Amino acid sequence: MSANGKYETVIGLEVHAQLLTDSKIFCGCSTKFGADPNTQTCPVCTGMPGSLPVLNRKAVEFAIKTGLAMDCEISLFSRFARKNYFYPDLPKGYQISQYELPICERGHLDIKTSEGTKRIGITRIHMEEDAGKNIHEGAGPYSLVDLNRAGVPLMEIVSDPDLRSPEEASEYMRRLRTILRYIGVCDGNMEQGSLRCDANVSVRPRGQRELGVKVELKNMNSFRFVEKALEYEITRQTKAIEDGEKIIQETRLWDSAAGVTLSMRTKEEAHDYRYFPEPDLVPISVEKNWIEEIRKGLPELPGQKIERFIKEYQLPEYDSELLASEKPLAEWFEEAVKLGGNPKAASNWIMGELMRLLNEEGLSIEEKPAVKPAMLVEMIGLIENGTISGKIAKTVFEEMYKTGKQAKIVIEEKGLVQIADAGSLAPVIDEILARNPKEVERYKAGDEKLIGFFVGQVMRATKGKANPALLNELLKKKLS
Amino acid sequence: MELYELGLAGALSLIKEKKASAREVLDSVFTRIRNVDGRVKAYVSLTEELAYKMAENAAGPIAGLPVAIKDNMCTKGVRTTCSSKILENFTPPYESTVTERLFKAGCSLPGKTNLDEFAMGSSTENSAFFTTKNPWDLERIPGGSSGGSAAAVAAGECLAALGSDTGGSIRQPASLCGVVGLKPTYGRVSRYGLVAFASSLDQIGPITKTVEDAAIIMNIISGHDPLDSTSAPIPVPDFTAVLGKDIKGLKVGIPKEYFVEGMDKEVEKSVRDAIAHLENLGAVPVEVGLPHTPYAVADYYILATSEASSNLARFDGVKYGFRAEGKDLMEMYMETKARGFGAEVKRRIMLGTYALSSGYYEAYYGKGQKVRTLIKRDFEEAFKKVDVIATPTSPTPAFKIGEKTADPLQMYLSDIFTISINLAGIPAISIPCGFTSGGLPIGLQIIGKHFDEETILKAAHAYEQSTNWHTMRPAL
Repeated sequence: MSANGKYETVIGLEVHAQLLTDSKIFCGCSTKFGADPNTQTCPVCTGMPGSLPVLNRKAVEFAIKTGLAMDCEISLFSRFARKNYFYPDLPKGYQISQYELPICERGHLDIKTSEGTKRIGITRIHMEEDAGKNIHEGAGPYSLVDLNRAGVPLMEIVSDPDLRSPEEASEYMRRLRTILRYIGVCDGNMEQGSLRCDANVSVRPRGQRELGVKVELKNMNSFRFVEKALEYEITRQTKAIEDGEKIIQETRLWDSAAGVTLSMRTKEEAHDYRYFPEPDLVPISVEKNWIEEIRKGLPELPGQKIERFIKEYQLPEYDSELLASEKPLAEWFEEAVKLGGNPKAASNWIMGELMRLLNEEGLSIEEKPAVKPAMLVEMIGLIENGTISGKIAKTVFEEMYKTGKQAKIVIEEKGLVQIADAGSLAPVIDEILARNPKEVERYKAGDEKLIGFFVGQVMRATKGKANPALLNELLKKKLS
Repeated sequence: MELYELGLAGALSLIKEKKASAREVLDSVFTRIRNVDGRVKAYVSLTEELAYKMAENAAGPIAGLPVAIKDNMCTKGVRTTCSSKILENFTPPYESTVTERLFKAGCSLPGKTNLDEFAMGSSTENSAFFTTKNPWDLERIPGGSSGGSAAAVAAGECLAALGSDTGGSIRQPASLCGVVGLKPTYGRVSRYGLVAFASSLDQIGPITKTVEDAAIIMNIISGHDPLDSTSAPIPVPDFTAVLGKDIKGLKVGIPKEYFVEGMDKEVEKSVRDAIAHLENLGAVPVEVGLPHTPYAVADYYILATSEASSNLARFDGVKYGFRAEGKDLMEMYMETKARGFGAEVKRRIMLGTYALSSGYYEAYYGKGQKVRTLIKRDFEEAFKKVDVIATPTSPTPAFKIGEKTADPLQMYLSDIFTISINLAGIPAISIPCGFTSGGLPIGLQIIGKHFDEETILKAAHAYEQSTNWHTMRPAL
């Protein structure tokens, strides 16, 4: 979608993902989030004179893993470069990054669009170190610098300019995030900044081959902001073109409070980073064996899982996509199926009640270990054998979720066993019919929709425990 | 003979024979420092108290013996200035690998020696504090940038010292002060803790009174360091094992490009005599060509300054060292660098920044890398025919203080014979090979193959042991 049918939007994303290594990329300091300022630092990550970087092998492994998950070519020879610029949160005055020889190149990622599956090219994936953080607080005329984050390993994943709308961009981000979480290289937390996104966006008249002048957008720290910022920017650029204005190549910041993008610097003001090969590190040569070892260690990826769920469990695509969106959720589902749960029933309960309850608490399934697949399977069995109705089951499930108690125990404690014998149900029905003579008459006169009214009344009287099939049968018999 | 005149091996044998103690050596050295350092000015910081404390419980191959350290190697708890105003009050909270290894070997730290600011210079005149004097003639420079270390060794203010060599900074001052200086193969010695000037060229090495002492120090400081990725995981031989072996049949390359017009006649004669002397010892001189030599100095000043411009970026007033006040961040940066760095350092930062700028990168840094490869290949070709290459270390003996300060290019040419070796990453040693008629030392440079310090030590030792240049001491 573009703001105007005459124009086409071209978007490329640069995603920074913080790698889940225990230690920093060039020293042994911890990467744990939230420690007191400057407590996770050493001479290397504070840029002390004479200190030298040593590459963390795990960071390379994670970058290769990501490359493999996105069908990239893994470079057997790559190297680091220095990106030179001055900022107080950059202790060495340069960032160690990769420039001309990144670790991964030429991959792709498939996304779902309204027109079907679309393949988005991955230009490159490279490793780099994060900077520290400037803190502006206190009364003095100074800012403070926290270097705990300096040297935390990052991976920059650059897409080809293949995205054509904000929706595609955010779908790409979601897919990417899912993959990163699947392979365990990044926790994907956008609010904490472990997943960050910059976008290059331009607009061109439909049918024009060459790209429009691109604008780089920064500071979009949620999926929603990525979409909103792109929407705003596309509208702005389209209007400018319509008004005959020139688009300036520049970097703009998303201001989420005002809902606008604001110019940060133009191309003329852009930094000259004076990249050159990092002489303190030897080039990275990767053994083919190692790549194969990492490839073997890759888990089933989301795309593969979705396909398999459709085939193996005859689930609709919608269910498969949703279940596969988070690996722990998919695993939870499969565990339930393995324990004998009907796949579609399990999927329904997960997508419906389980997700609703988790969302209410803002939790993910791993954060709720008391709720086990076996409990759902048992409950589904109790529905199937008529012990409880589907409706009662919702109450039972919520209770199970909250207390971690088994369905049977919940049912017993709350007296939720279904009334499934005619002997117990008949007196209740008789009483309801006796209390509502007018409705009985109308029913008998042909207003058969009233059956629903009688069912409702009986259900209320039995607190929902009446077996629906039996109730229907008995009602019809008594009313005929 | 006074104890301070001894080298490491000499002191060790006296101690072994119980004719002297390490403590007496230390006393002699500190007395000497008190007597002469006011004139020589080799040290930026003296650590007498620490030296005695270290000597007390010292154990190891050089237990209690004082080895001076160039003040661009970080010493934990001991001020490390790089002879720069910007680090004047910087005390590192960590130890460089070389000093850690030396201290583990029992060495005692007498003090930190003067250098050209951030090792940029050939005379110590670029020190932000003072110029070190050549012990052979106090009106002359000791060479640089490790001029403090070379002068301290020559003047008997320590038994040995460490220097660092980016384009000749160990060998040229060793030559000008009449002592031994070895630049090891790039990657032989860890750079962890050495404040970087040009990371791909910097290498730490010994400055000593004898070749044997250089070998002793090499045994201690060499070898892979997990903290320096560019240090080579290559086994370290016992460098003293080759000493005393003969050099019969050793092929010594003589590059015609190193005996050029405008070279000091006395230097040329001494070096040619030294080569003839090697021939007398059984070596075979072979003429070799190093055709890209004329480009070395220009190439070096592109690559070294490019790296320096990035390496020195961290001295920004934010985290440590000197900070100037400014009304905002930009002004603080500019004032800190303007006032914290000396003229030569600023000149090199500007040169390097320019060479790396977008639009110029390929023409300068990119081309510089290619030329570096050609220079490396020159040596590879030459070493197919010879075992070592012999040249003068410096085109002239020590010059007068102030003589070249107005003309940076003339100063840069002091390293014309040493620079290529750093670009090629190979080892080279400078040893005393004579004196000018005015009594100034002259040095012979012996260049070796990658990781073949043994052969140059063997050749240097054979020459040294059959001459007596190394026994000469300046009158102070």
